[in-house]
Parts: sequence; structure tokens; C-alpha cells
Amino acid sequence: MIKLLGILLVAVGFAFRVNTLLVVLVGGVATGLIAGFSFNELMAMIGQFFVEQRSLTLPVILMVPVIGLLEKHGLQEHVASLMRRTRAATAGRVAWIYQVLRGLTSMVGINLGNHASMVRPLVVPMAEGASPPAAGEAGDPARAAIRAHAAAAENVGNFFSDDIIVAVGALLLIKGFFETAGVEVAMRDLKLWGVPTALWVIVVGGWRYRRLDARLAAMKPKDGA
Amino acid sequence: MNLLNLEFFFILCGLLLAGLAVRIALDPVHPKRWGSALFWALLAVVFAGGKSLPTVVVGYGVLVMVVLAALRQVEPPHFALRDQAGLDASASRLGNLLLGPVLLVPAVAVVGGWLLGEIHWGSVNLVEGRSVSQIALGLGCVLAVGWALRVTRERPITVVDEGGRLLQLVSWTLILPPMLAALGGIFAKAGVGEVIAQGVAAALPVQSPLVAVVAYCAGMALFTILLGNAFAAFPIITLGVGLPFIVKAHGGDPAIMGALGMLSGYCGTLVTPMAANFNLVPVRLLELKDDHAVIKAQAPFAAAIWIFNVVVMYLCVYRFGR
Repeated sequence: MIKLLGILLVAVGFAFRVNTLLVVLVGGVATGLIAGFSFNELMAMIGQFFVEQRSLTLPVILMVPVIGLLEKHGLQEHVASLMRRTRAATAGRVAWIYQVLRGLTSMVGINLGNHASMVRPLVVPMAEGASPPAAGEAGDPARAAIRAHAAAAENVGNFFSDDIIVAVGALLLIKGFFETAGVEVAMRDLKLWGVPTALWVIVVGGWRYRRLDARLAAMKPKDGA
Repeated sequence: MNLLNLEFFFILCGLLLAGLAVRIALDPVHPKRWGSALFWALLAVVFAGGKSLPTVVVGYGVLVMVVLAALRQVEPPHFALRDQAGLDASASRLGNLLLGPVLLVPAVAVVGGWLLGEIHWGSVNLVEGRSVSQIALGLGCVLAVGWALRVTRERPITVVDEGGRLLQLVSWTLILPPMLAALGGIFAKAGVGEVIAQGVAAALPVQSPLVAVVAYCAGMALFTILLGNAFAAFPIITLGVGLPFIVKAHGGDPAIMGALGMLSGYCGTLVTPMAANFNLVPVRLLELKDDHAVIKAQAPFAAAIWIFNVVVMYLCVYRFGR
């Protein structure tokens, strides 16, 4: 049971809003020391895992120069002005369409983008162009709601339509695991049983983004007021 | 042999990060000049030289970065607000030219992901096979930077300034994803998962088929929340709860259980700060004030999707398949 001390430390650290990096480091070191590794061995382990997983941050670091250059020259303003011409568009509909599109493409194993390459340069300015928040600090709550939901659209679209047609990540892991455990499963069945949830998230998205639009409408000051 | 591998892009990142560190060190009004410069310089070294440095050296480098972040020595400067009229004018002048580079990235990533792996001359491959999709994305970004420089007529040093501006907004959150991977690795080596799976199985009345399904899906979600990764939770919870109780004791179908179990784990991913690259990095990237804004927006999604998974699994896992 004492092995769980690291998890407890992490949970307590998050609850008290201690710097997340520090919490993660302390949780890892505590768990490792309890398991009998020396401090130097743990540093070597952290170094090794860190280097192996550098690629997790690659999409952000390589993409930010592109976004930065274009934003300096009005990318967000241009995307927003395109959306203002589309009368039927609202922030919620933009998020919903992006989530569905993200889901459909990840179904065939295509990774359309991520928070750095799609959400910040395109989805957020489109949503904010469709439902413009008030200027300055008055628009902050609306802006925050729109952005958080744009990020959610990316994650939900990404997660729940994983390789239903072309198996890449998760399904290979599941099949591999069952094979090692000596249980026979067909790839076709794994794909099939992902379909109901993939359809359901579209419905859930419709509900959440409609709520977002309703909230944004309520935040808006009345005309002439 | 591969002509192009992921290391090439790590070195490019290292150069960008080193450039940022130098710019910060030369900026006398930066509020945390030396701490921030050291942080980005260390990250540059780890990125560019990670493969050739001894792992223990990288580990201590990471330790210093964490301490700098915890002591609040890594902060963005106060960026001057941009002139809105100028931005609007530039937006209407350049118009759709601004969209080209942004759209080029997914285009190259997708097409490159299909094609780059096929190109080879005898035994010489153009790219390293197992990281072809990441290489395609990296290539897309590099081409897009070149195109963006042409469109905006900026000097190349602006790449460091504008990219660095956004990197400083993301700040130390940037190294959370690999840090969490390291934490998961240590947990695995210490055998934390087995202890949890035993605990779940011992604490719940998993003799009932419904309780077994709920315990399995809840175990997947909770363990994913703790580890930040459904892939790490899956083998542990499936071995500890799913296989013995749903499949062996009640004759459930493993394919239905596995597919919906993994999807239940993803519901945990939606609500955990441990999944930093999905839930915390975007908070900084989108300049949100509340660290948990994305998690809060996703919580209703997670609840609705998790309940659906449990219902579908309970209705189907004992009835269909095999």
C-alpha cells in the first residue's frame, strides 16, 4: 500500500494548487525511493523517459512560429471577418462542426491537427468571429467560454472516433494486450463496438455547444441598452 | 539508413529554444530575465542533445527546470498590446494569403503521412518508418514557416521573436507532458498499478454482472485520471477487474468490453490535469486565465459519454459476440 504514497502526494498537490511540475517530480521521486531506487537512478530514469517523450511537445514548438508570424499580420482578424459574413454561424456551431470533422478524419486515421495547429489559429478566431465577445474585459467571460469549448471540441473529436475504419493506436494496443493475455479478439469486433460511442459524442456535442450559444446570448448586453 | 529522422526536428526545436533564451538574456526589462533564460537554454540543450547526453545529466537538467518553474522564475514578460487598426488593415490587405501556411501544415501532415514512408532508394529510406506521421507534421511546419515569412515579408529573426512570444505564454507547461510520461514510467517500474487493481477487486462486490461492468468502467476512468493516460490504465484494470470478473466469471465478450473500456478511460482523460497536453497546454496556448477552464468545459461531456458507455456495455457485453 505504501507504494500509493506517490499518487496521494500528487492528488494532494493538485488539490492545493502547488506548481504542477513540482508535484509530478516529487510524486515520482517519492514513489521511486519507496520502491528502492536511488536518487541518481531516478534522475537517470526521468532523463531517459523525458528524452523518449520529447516528441509530445514537438507539434507545439514547431507550430508556434507559423502562428506567431501570421497573427502579427492579422490572421485572427481575417478569420473572424470571414465568419462575420456567414450569418448562420455561431460559436457553438463552429465548435460542433470542428468536433465532427475532427472525428470523421481521425476515424480513417488522419490526424487533422491539434490545439496549436488548428484550434488557436483557426477554430478560436472562427468561433469568436461568429459570436463576437464584447471588447475589452467585459468580453472576458464569453471569450473564456468560447475558447474552453473550442479546446474541448478538439479533444472530444480526437478521442472518441479513434481508428474505427483504419486501426492505428488504441485498437492495436487492445488487441496486443488480449493476445498476450491469451484471449482471442477480432479487430473487426473492436472497430464495430467503437461506433455507438462515436455517434453518441456527436449528440453530446450538439447539446453542449447549444448550451454554449445560449450562455453567450445571455451574456450579451441588450441592443440599445 | 534514413535520410530524415525525428532528431533533425529536435535539433531545429533546440535552435529555436536557444534563440529564445538568448533574446531573453539580452532583454534588460524582462521581469525574470535570468531564470527564464536558463530555463529555455536548458530545454534547448535537452531537445537538441538529449540523445547524446547521459540520461542522468538530462535528469538533473530537468530537475533544475522544475525548480526554476516552482520558484516562479519562468514567467512571460508583459507584451505590448498590438495596434488593432494596423492588424485589421494588414488582415484585409493580405486576406486569404494568411490562411495558406496554416492550411499547408495539415495538408503536408496528411499527404506526407501516406507517402513519405514509401519513398526509398534501395536500402536508403527518405524517412524513419515508425515516426513518419510526426516527420510529416514537422516538415509541414518548416515549409509553412518559410511560406509565412514570404507572405508577411518579415526577417527570419522574427521567427524566434513571434514563436518565442507564444512559447513564453505556454511557459513551463510545455515540459509537463514529457514529465508526466516520466512519472507514469516510474509508477510502472514501482508496480503501483497492480496494487490499485487488487484494491478495486477486493473492495467491490464484483460478483454481480452489473457491478462488474460499473467497476471496470469506473476503474478505467479513475485510473486514467490518476495516471493521465488511458493506455497505461487499460492493461492494469483489464487484467485486475475486466478479464477475471466480466469475461471469466460472467462470460462477457472481451472485444465489446475492451472497446468500451478504453473509451471509458478517455472520459477520465477529459477531466484530469495529468493529461497536460490535452487539458493544460491549451489553457496557456489560448490565453485562458482559469487553469481548469478546459477541464470544466469537458466535465459534462465526460459524464454523458461515460454513462452511455456503461449502459451500452451492460446491455451488450453479456449478450452479443462470440
